[in-house]
Amino acid sequence: MLSIKNLTVNINDKQILKGINLEIKPGEIHAIMGPNGSGKSTLSHVLSGKDGYTVTGGSVTYQGKDLLAMAPEIRAREGVFLAFQYPVEIPGVSNVYLLKAGLNAIRKYHGQSEVDAMDFLTLVKEKVRLLEMDEKFLYRAVNEGFSGGEKKRNEILQMAILEPKLCILDETDSGLDIDALKIVSEGVNSLRSPTRSFVIVTHYQRLLDYIKPDFVHVLAHGQIVKSGGAELALELEEKGYSWVEEATA
Amino acid sequence: MSASTKEIESLIGQGYKQGFITELETDSFLPGLDETVIRKLSRLKNEPEFMTEYRLKAFRHWQTMKSPEWAFVKFDAIDYQKISYYSAPKRKEDGPKSLDEIDPQVLEAYKKLGIPLDEQERLAGVAVDAVFDSVSVATTFKGKLKEAGVIFCPISEALRAHPALVEQYLGTVVPPGDNFFAALNSAVFSDGSFVYIPKGVRCPMELSTYFRINAANTGQFERTLIIADEGSHVSYLEGCTAPMRDENQLHAAVVELIALDNAQIKYSTVQNWYPGDKDGKGGIYNFVTKRADCRGENAKVSWTQVETGSAITWKYPSCILTGDNSVGEFYSVALTNNYQQADTGTKMIHIGKNTRSTIISKGISAGKAQNTYRGLVKVLKSAENARNYTQCDSLLIGDKCGAHTFPYVEVRQPSAQVEHEATTSKISEDQLFFCQQRGLSAEDAVSMIVNGFCKAVFKELPMEFAVEAQALLGLSLEGSVG
Repeated sequence: MLSIKNLTVNINDKQILKGINLEIKPGEIHAIMGPNGSGKSTLSHVLSGKDGYTVTGGSVTYQGKDLLAMAPEIRAREGVFLAFQYPVEIPGVSNVYLLKAGLNAIRKYHGQSEVDAMDFLTLVKEKVRLLEMDEKFLYRAVNEGFSGGEKKRNEILQMAILEPKLCILDETDSGLDIDALKIVSEGVNSLRSPTRSFVIVTHYQRLLDYIKPDFVHVLAHGQIVKSGGAELALELEEKGYSWVEEATA
Repeated sequence: MSASTKEIESLIGQGYKQGFITELETDSFLPGLDETVIRKLSRLKNEPEFMTEYRLKAFRHWQTMKSPEWAFVKFDAIDYQKISYYSAPKRKEDGPKSLDEIDPQVLEAYKKLGIPLDEQERLAGVAVDAVFDSVSVATTFKGKLKEAGVIFCPISEALRAHPALVEQYLGTVVPPGDNFFAALNSAVFSDGSFVYIPKGVRCPMELSTYFRINAANTGQFERTLIIADEGSHVSYLEGCTAPMRDENQLHAAVVELIALDNAQIKYSTVQNWYPGDKDGKGGIYNFVTKRADCRGENAKVSWTQVETGSAITWKYPSCILTGDNSVGEFYSVALTNNYQQADTGTKMIHIGKNTRSTIISKGISAGKAQNTYRGLVKVLKSAENARNYTQCDSLLIGDKCGAHTFPYVEVRQPSAQVEHEATTSKISEDQLFFCQQRGLSAEDAVSMIVNGFCKAVFKELPMEFAVEAQALLGLSLEGSVG
């Protein structure tokens, strides 16, 4: 599904990612862990096409195509989804409108007709129940006046509606209390499928108690310094990041 | 990057869709303005004597006036002797009696604009007066309106058929010497719409006027007069377009609304005059005086405007709240892109007791455009318990445009309540990226964000217009990102 080879990325001439290699197969969940400033968010931004990053070397192949050559909206339409660490507010634009516009843009790209209004509503309401959200959320302006937890749940709602193939969760657990964390995790788990892959970027191990990864990678100083199974996360929790940082220093 | 850039470029290529020129034979005056021209114009239109005198008086007054300089707009001085003050498609002696007699080219032009004048093709429920350069070429559904007692006709026709009504009300809201452009309009206005809704009548359909400037070097001086008699209701829509020309063209209109006791007028405008090209060449100077008088008790007037066109817009649809308990509303979206300039807003003059006014203004600037809100809320001593609420929001797209707000408040009555809220925001890169990450193109994302920003105003527009306005905003913003 996704193949990252020797990826190097700069922000304003400063090298942030120093040669990332990662292979993700359909249906796999990969957790990327690492201390602050290790390049975790940079990686998720570069994969989703955010401005302000310069790719200086390496390649990213997504479903056999050159991901880095695609505009952000094309990546989205091809099935790459980023759940934002800090979801933005869009005053005056209702949540349901954004969802419908996004879904239709994706459908159009794949040569499908626009979704029928009634079908769409049925779909959205089903997903809203799944995430234990109030239906009122749908008619409120996107993220405006939402609490931190509500914003994150809203991200997962969008993911559930747009049905991407590659989901990147950028520190989705940050700012969540334990109840919200559970709901978000259940939402993610319900979306697991043999054809859908996840990249879960997180600082803490606790999210991985709820979403069980197939692989855990530790990112430090712009490089993956250690990879392993789910047990690696527990080891990290116990020993701290200094353990891997020292081991590679 | 590849796909999106192409997409955006193809969108920009569309540009201004109404920019075509209709080639036809016209009856036009040579450029120039003096008393002879005015007499000739008045004679050509078979006007009653009082009208000729009205025009001449206005002209003499205009000559003593100076073009206003207080607005936050820049343009080269206009040479009023280089403008032709009359241009009309050539036609038979008595003017067209039916659609068959109208120049097919003119009909075609309206059809291209999406305004078929054939009643069968029109959506039922909207009557249209089509003004082409200086004359009205057709008014639809006249028969049906007549049954209800509603008069809806070109003002030139009203001057011949209902001179007393026109004389009673014309210039009573905007006096001939009100301001420079109003004085000029009073001297040389050529056509526009006249509406009279009799007592207690709810107008059975929306009335609309579609203004089209076609001829080069011609000014359009439209004059509209709407009278809503006691207890009547009317909703009036106005749309405007012009061809793309390299020279600036002047549009100096005057619109007067009069609402008597318990009457309601809703006046909606979607203004899409040619804005000039992306380097600021050409475009319409839209210098307009629009004012309503809530003359009776419980009268209500609401202005809703969506201003996306014109090189320069100078316009302040206002309400004089004379009658006790009368209500004035102003809902405005003004969008400027490239080198467009807009200085627009409203005046709410509270005279009667318990008068209320609401102002919601949304200004959007993109490119190198300047967008100014200028508003006056004036509460006179007599206006006990007057209330005003003003909300004035500006949205900036990019970092080379400007937004300016000049709210004036004058209150002489201690029981009055006046509220003013204002915000300025910018479409952030994060908002754009977020929408793109959900599959929307950058252009669609901007359009969605801007439409969200304007929501409070769009919901005031009649349904059909709201859809057009949304589409228009998207079109006017093309090329503002990327």
